[in-house]
Amino acid sequence: MSASVSPKPPARDPAFAARVFWLSLALVIVWPLAVATEFRPWVLWEPDNRKVTADFVRSFWPLVHTTEFLQMVLRETWRTVAMATAGVTLALVLAVPLSLLATRVLSLSALSGRMDRGPAVLRWCVRATLIVLRSIPELIWALVFVRVVGLGPTAGVLAIALTYGGMLGKVYAEILESGEAHATQTLMRNGSGRLQAFVYALLPSHAAELASYTVYRWECAIRSSVVLGFVGAGGLGQQLDNSMKMFNGGEVATLLLVFIALVALADRMSAWLRKVLA
Amino acid sequence: MTSFAREAANPPYKLPPPIFGARCRACWFTAALLVLVVASFVSLDLDWAAFASVEAARSMGRFVAEFFPPDVSPVFVNKVAWAAWETLAMSALGTAMAALLGLALAVPASRLSTQDPAWLRSPTRWLLNALRAIPELVWAALLLISAGLGPMAGTLALALHTSGVLGRLFAEAMENVPAGPGDALRTQGVGPLRVFAYATLPQVLPQLMSYTLYRWENNIRAAAVLGVVGAGGLGQLLSFHMGLFHMNKTATILAAMLLMVACVDALSFAARRGLTR
Repeated sequence: MSASVSPKPPARDPAFAARVFWLSLALVIVWPLAVATEFRPWVLWEPDNRKVTADFVRSFWPLVHTTEFLQMVLRETWRTVAMATAGVTLALVLAVPLSLLATRVLSLSALSGRMDRGPAVLRWCVRATLIVLRSIPELIWALVFVRVVGLGPTAGVLAIALTYGGMLGKVYAEILESGEAHATQTLMRNGSGRLQAFVYALLPSHAAELASYTVYRWECAIRSSVVLGFVGAGGLGQQLDNSMKMFNGGEVATLLLVFIALVALADRMSAWLRKVLA
Repeated sequence: MTSFAREAANPPYKLPPPIFGARCRACWFTAALLVLVVASFVSLDLDWAAFASVEAARSMGRFVAEFFPPDVSPVFVNKVAWAAWETLAMSALGTAMAALLGLALAVPASRLSTQDPAWLRSPTRWLLNALRAIPELVWAALLLISAGLGPMAGTLALALHTSGVLGRLFAEAMENVPAGPGDALRTQGVGPLRVFAYATLPQVLPQLMSYTLYRWENNIRAAAVLGVVGAGGLGQLLSFHMGLFHMNKTATILAAMLLMVACVDALSFAARRGLTR
């Protein structure tokens, strides 16, 4: 023990003033936020609201489990998975060529210092396209496509394809640029084509990472295809929306349980696949 | 001593491996993947004809043309700015509540010391998983029933979903904390509450803050679209005007949304770069 430490511990909290200051600062910041969001939690406890909520929650049990309903749930679950899979497939069709265009390592002119003006501009445009595609949420794409192609899974698949195309393309390009470029550049310096250099040097060293990211995005697509159902793109989300609008608690509870099980299953499967691929 | 194993001067001639073998795991995997993709495309009644036709292209063109010119009258821009502030406030308040709730749930969900029996560990983790599994938008649609239309439902929805995410991350952070400081206090006879407050929490606080900020960034993006089911913010304005075919106003709202997302992306990119440098 050094001499500067007093033998008796302080009677009160030494950081008391600082704690009071930070707490009151937090309250001052939270106040306008609460006003802006019309945050009045006591509304939840008003007798009318409490009754509606209690009735709705009570109607969760018993779960609806007629054969007809369960068959419908099964069909819609498959549609949800199919929408995610088809969307990610189309997203790959979009993302792979764009990410090849956007990858700096595969540029012949960049081998000797700076990239030429033309390719550099092209690469920059492709990147910008990917970022724009990615930054529009899939729900907004779906709202737009529902207007154009009508209600149904086509709008959902297209929405997933565009948003995920942007995400996958951008991340693929980043992954391809992250590693050691030596093998690729050696091949290209010795006269191989860019596609050959990609297939024989760049792809093998990044394949595991690319595949595991794709699987992870597929899992995310399953989650978001449920959400897309809420704007009329079919699948579990649309059924959930219908049941909620009819205040049919039993159906809502069944659908929610199926959805949680689906997400957990996709989670497990993607974790397993990523372990196998790594 | 070297062994004098005989080695062939030339390696024995090998046939290339067959393309498909019953023991080839990658082949089975590829086949399963192909089946899944083909089945998906076949079973969905995708309406390519309607989408790829000239008629659809024309209607798409009309649809986009209606966006112009965007409505930039001061009254409407003010309304959009207010909605954007509402979105930001929803995400901030929702994330703050989620951080508190997540911390409250993370304590029972983690085994803080080796002596800790942690009875509640798996039930709390199940609860966290359930909170996390249901997306914000579904929570918002459920909460509309008790909280009514408006930003409060959205805020609560963000808080519930994010508390599931943060609770799990917080619990993992707390379990991985070095045991030294906590053990030192515990051997002095300090109670569990004070061990948590003076040993565990100070060690994980920076990590907790960085997780919370990361989720806030995500939640701003999520809050922008939550309103589509009626839970306030820019999304509610969007679905309202889109439903009434006010396309010029829709264009302004979409632009505001993109601008907000772009600003958040740029800020977080700059902050990350500044912090890692």
